[in-house]
Amino acid sequence: MSTITDRRASVWQDKIHPNVKVAGSGSPVVFLHGAGGLRWDTFLDLLATRHTVYAPEHPGLTEGEEDAISHLDNLWDLVLYYYELFDALGLKSVPVIGHSFGGMMAAELAASNPERVSKLVLMCPIGLWRDDAPIPNWMLITPASDMVKYLVYDPAGPLAQQMFGAPDPEMQIRLIWSMACTGKFVWPIPDKGLKKRIHRIQAPTMVLWGKQDKLVPVRYAEEFGRRISGSKVELIDQAGHVFATEHPERVAGMIEDFLR
Amino acid sequence: MYISTFHLMPHRELPDDFEKRYPSVWVTPPFHELADARRVGQYYNWTLDELIYAAKAGSDGICTNEHHQNAYGFMPNPNVMGSVLARATQDLNCAIVQMGASLPGTQPPIRIAEEYAMLDSISGGRLVAGMPLGTPMDINICYGVTPIEQRERFREAHDLILKAWTSKEVFAWNGKYFQLPMVNIWPRPIQQPHPPIWIPGSGSTSTFDYAASHDHCYCFLSYFGYKSVSRPVRDKYWEVCQQNGRDLNPYRMGFLQLVGVSETDAQAEKDYAKHVEYFYHKGLHVPLEWFGVPGHQDYRSLANAMRNPAAAQNISSLKEKRYKDFLDDGYVMCGSPATVRDQLKELCRTMRVGNLMVLLHIGSMPHELTLKNIDLFFKEVAPALRPMWEDEWENRWWPAGLRRETLQGAAA
Repeated sequence: MSTITDRRASVWQDKIHPNVKVAGSGSPVVFLHGAGGLRWDTFLDLLATRHTVYAPEHPGLTEGEEDAISHLDNLWDLVLYYYELFDALGLKSVPVIGHSFGGMMAAELAASNPERVSKLVLMCPIGLWRDDAPIPNWMLITPASDMVKYLVYDPAGPLAQQMFGAPDPEMQIRLIWSMACTGKFVWPIPDKGLKKRIHRIQAPTMVLWGKQDKLVPVRYAEEFGRRISGSKVELIDQAGHVFATEHPERVAGMIEDFLR
Repeated sequence: MYISTFHLMPHRELPDDFEKRYPSVWVTPPFHELADARRVGQYYNWTLDELIYAAKAGSDGICTNEHHQNAYGFMPNPNVMGSVLARATQDLNCAIVQMGASLPGTQPPIRIAEEYAMLDSISGGRLVAGMPLGTPMDINICYGVTPIEQRERFREAHDLILKAWTSKEVFAWNGKYFQLPMVNIWPRPIQQPHPPIWIPGSGSTSTFDYAASHDHCYCFLSYFGYKSVSRPVRDKYWEVCQQNGRDLNPYRMGFLQLVGVSETDAQAEKDYAKHVEYFYHKGLHVPLEWFGVPGHQDYRSLANAMRNPAAAQNISSLKEKRYKDFLDDGYVMCGSPATVRDQLKELCRTMRVGNLMVLLHIGSMPHELTLKNIDLFFKEVAPALRPMWEDEWENRWWPAGLRRETLQGAAA
């Protein structure tokens, strides 16, 4: 297991100081987490064996910086904020891997300024919408304990138990606040116009999807693949929305091959 | 003491197994399975009739509010109701208390400035301008407003409405959420500089602070009575008032209480038990998570709520409670006039409430029983409460033309 360092950056006129988890050695990659927040798992550990992984916390999620979210009003602000964060980390052009909400952000970053994203890995991103495959609003799932059914391939298995088994209030607070701060940019429907910008993506792109994803249906894998020219789409069987946590070796391997 | 009659305009005839068959009374209940448009028209007319009846029976004010996509209380625009009420109470000294149009869900918010000014004009200066934040179900889910922006939108809308009412000049509004090039609304309110403002809330500290710092009346809309919440809410609210340099005028505080009056306590149980259970079991049948949509609360309120789950327990334990429990826990006050009178006095003294609101139509209560409740309440209960606070404090949050000292002066 690699050593993880917490690095605080100063961004946006010194108003936002996100924590960035940095681990490993080798060429840099950025990992953008999903709506549930950053969870350092085996997948990121494996990625860090070949690369220096930079995993920033979304604005507002760094402890003690909860109000930082109020400095970013909209998606355009957030995109520019990320370029500034890349500057602060010394990353001129870097491979970006994004999961779910983070996948949407990765696609936006690659579309807005193709020079900043050298390669793009989209792990079941949100950001597009099809009326024939509506994405359930994850902030409104009731009862809250049903969340696991949307995220994990085997909701009764050990991984589900480990991730959702014994929620304590502090974890709940972090999770809800994480959804609040990411939800700011996608409420109430996660379609904020990426479809108009996605054609601008120039980075070589790999789209990864869990075949049994119940939150963002696998239908969208094809949709992203079709709209990003030259991209390749890979489906992972027996996998849900958190497929990298479910199959860390396999997914880390696929990404390493792609980044090589 | 000033006493206003509140009405939610609920569906009165949900099926007995409603809460078992349907996941929620809010957002998702299917209209075509559960309601009939003509029958709903009857509910609206009963509601109006009951409020007008209360005004004639001596209610100091009559209140309507705004909710969407539900069977719990569905007046999507309370000002439509308020307009009828203002007209029908022309010759009565009754305030039209709009509790009211939700600020963050109305675009642009000067729509509320205009409609309230119309109501103040039609009523001859009898409007109380309620400014609710709105529930997460209404504002975030039904109206699509981003939860984390709801409070900030509310604050901007509030400032815009006040300026729209009071500015003598045409002005440009360059806000974060609203931009308007030339604001100059017609009509303007009769009450100057503007109608009294009431801020409804459910006990969150940030709303206390907002009401106190702006010198508005804070109205605690509790369905859980005053016993369970009395100390924390009372202490915190009055503490916040003092921190803001405000006096302890009890008219700074409104409180909503469910009330059922009958000839005796035993008769009250016969009259109201099933309607009270209907209200709590069906009317508040909402998934707990929806009261806390991520972002609806700021981080501190969220952390506070998750670490002190008392409010959540109040909601999640409702289905286990029966009439007697609701009575014992003080959620409702039902009984003979003497019983209700004593309890209400105790409530108003304990909480230091000057603007009392009573919900006299509860859940499935039929029209006739509602009229009986109104009659008994205003004949047998209200007169004993009115003198409270009268000699010591002025209700600065009441339309000036309707304050008792004004009316008495006019009579003399």
